[in-house]
Amino acid sequence: MSNKILTPVKEFEELLPQEYKDLVNNGPHNGKGGVKKLGTFKEVTEAHPHCAGCGVALGIRLSLAALPAPEDTLVVGTPGCSFFALSQSAINYSNTAFGNQNAVASGLKRMLKLRYPDKHKDVVVMVGDGGVADIGLDYTLHSWFRGENITTVMLDNEVYGNTGGQESGMSLKGKVLNMAPKGKEFNKIPVFEIAKTSGCAYAAKITIANPVKLGKVIEKAVLIAREVGPTYVQLYTPCPTNLKFAPEKTIQAAKDAEKTYYSFEEFITKEAEEYLSKEAKKQETKQ
Amino acid sequence: MSNQQKSVDAGHLFFEAERQKSFITGSEAVAEAIKRANVDMAIAYPITPQSESMHLIGDLYARGYLKDYYRAENEFAVMASIHGAALGGGRVFTATSGPGTLRAMEMFPVWAGSRQPIVCAFMCRGVALPPSIQPENIEMSFLLDTGMLMFHAENAQDYFDMILKGYAIAEQPDVHLPVGVFADGFFVTHTREIVMLPPEELKLQEYDPKACPVPVFDMESPPARITRDPLLNKSNFISYAANASWHQEILAAAERARKHIKHYLGGLIETENKDAEILIVASGTAVSQSREAIKALREEGIDAGLVKVKSIRPFPEAEIREVTKDASLILVPEFNAGGWLAREVKASIDNNSRVVAGPRVFGGMTMPKDLIVSELKSALQSRSHVNASPQMSK
Ligand SMILES: Cc1ncc(C[n+]2csc(CCOP(=O)(O)OP(=O)(O)O)c2C)c(N)n1
Ligand code: SF4
Repeated sequence: MSNKILTPVKEFEELLPQEYKDLVNNGPHNGKGGVKKLGTFKEVTEAHPHCAGCGVALGIRLSLAALPAPEDTLVVGTPGCSFFALSQSAINYSNTAFGNQNAVASGLKRMLKLRYPDKHKDVVVMVGDGGVADIGLDYTLHSWFRGENITTVMLDNEVYGNTGGQESGMSLKGKVLNMAPKGKEFNKIPVFEIAKTSGCAYAAKITIANPVKLGKVIEKAVLIAREVGPTYVQLYTPCPTNLKFAPEKTIQAAKDAEKTYYSFEEFITKEAEEYLSKEAKKQETKQ
Repeated sequence: MSNQQKSVDAGHLFFEAERQKSFITGSEAVAEAIKRANVDMAIAYPITPQSESMHLIGDLYARGYLKDYYRAENEFAVMASIHGAALGGGRVFTATSGPGTLRAMEMFPVWAGSRQPIVCAFMCRGVALPPSIQPENIEMSFLLDTGMLMFHAENAQDYFDMILKGYAIAEQPDVHLPVGVFADGFFVTHTREIVMLPPEELKLQEYDPKACPVPVFDMESPPARITRDPLLNKSNFISYAANASWHQEILAAAERARKHIKHYLGGLIETENKDAEILIVASGTAVSQSREAIKALREEGIDAGLVKVKSIRPFPEAEIREVTKDASLILVPEFNAGGWLAREVKASIDNNSRVVAGPRVFGGMTMPKDLIVSELKSALQSRSHVNASPQMSK
């Protein structure tokens, strides 16, 4: 998308809603965003109907703020709570069937490469843990095996939020949840570990308790996916409603997880590292 | 090679360009259609009897006729990826059969609801259990209300024309819906016949995403909230009304397709000897078998006519009502156990006890013309006490 498209026709400028004008003039497009600058620009996400204290909503907000080029990013989703905030964003968002996100993103990315050979159109999948690790695992893995140039962000709230708190493959072992009346019987599915051996050029495991680091992770993941290969971010986004803790305890829950089993981990291939430093040099010479 | 192909107007390619005879299989006819369709991308997954056609399309990709092609992990993935590719604003193609169709099922209403002008070829076969790879078109009955347009090919010529012209119909801005082009597997895909083909140096003009009635998913539109295919699941009246009116629009778009189907395919039905009192209404290869049966009946002095149904969705209710208005017996032979075409015909006409729903063959059985003849004769006999004059030709 070009600046031209963002700029309203002069004669209509006054007629546009204030929030649109704010987005056009002060939005995060064209490199004006970043997690650190949150609060200084009009965000691409609007108010959303998630539950109070929802970790998923915060994870989405931080991730969208960190996109290197929101003006040229397409987000693919799937049914789940993530839909609420994502469909209220000023980024093209598509939500189709449950679990098909990485297959949709594969076709989309390939078509955008054909249609815009001289431009990066970033395709980012942003969906729940059930969407990635259960019903959509097949499609996620195959998009990695095929080396599709897409970023997959798992919003891991360790439960099926949207359908009312059922066990997911990412729920903790022993946790009593709907459809796991005696407690979950197996461990969290090691999607992060699988990502490392399945063709991802970059993978990171992180929680929402670390916004600045999260911003960097998302930025790296999206940049690397452009040219090197698939990337994966597993983001812990606790769900107060279904994990049954007070809404004001979300960040605390994320911090606790970080100290015990959700510590920050990053995997990057040599090729991806070289690409990032080459890109950084390009940026320096531009300035 | 594709770069030597010239893009021409659809009307020229379909109706004016001089056609030449070629002796090819139905699968080859599919590939010949795609060769001329200027398709950007195709995605494949093998299933009998579809595989051969998608091999041939892979070869077309290797020769530069398509810009991208790959084998995806399963049929649901194929239909999802094809949806993604279509969202991105290009022309796409895929094909499947029986169990593949059912595995991918959730994506067909998504295509329609998302207004994707995808053309998909279905090479119908039995499903399960017991497993069968033989011809049978029961899968069509599952797709009747997915929102896609459905054309049923009688032979390889139809298959070629319906696929190629399918793009022109699907991409009309007032339609913009997926088109499923169906053929009875093996009978059409794996047999060779004469097909008239326009020159291979010609191809359709490229897909114009700007003519799409919904925004293309490429962030080239202003920073509005553009959610393609949202879950309209808020519990309020406005949300319900939005969802319902969108469904109505999909149905209305299919209605608007009628004029384009008439223009490009020459009508939703075709008839032969339509004033006969006995009519056989059929689609797909049952049409060819019915033609043979009608010849045999005439030799015995029984006059019968034929209604070939080409468009299953939208269904030609008005046409069938009109053409059958004076018929006393309407026979509907089918290649499936469920009898979906007979149900459609019965639902379209008055006094539908005139309809004999059969004969039906399935499990890969062929439909000899004698079966149609004997079914018709026994229907005549059982009705002769009601209707005293049997249908003799003068
Ligand atoms: C084929 C299919 N099965 C089940 C569902 C119902 N469904 C909708 S959202 C959802 C759970 C989503 O869980 P998750 O992906 O973890 O996301 P969250 O809501 O927790 O953010 C389910 C099971 C569906 N829409 N489609
Ligand atoms: S159910 Fe959980 S994940 Fe869903 S909106 Fe509420 S807090 Fe967020």
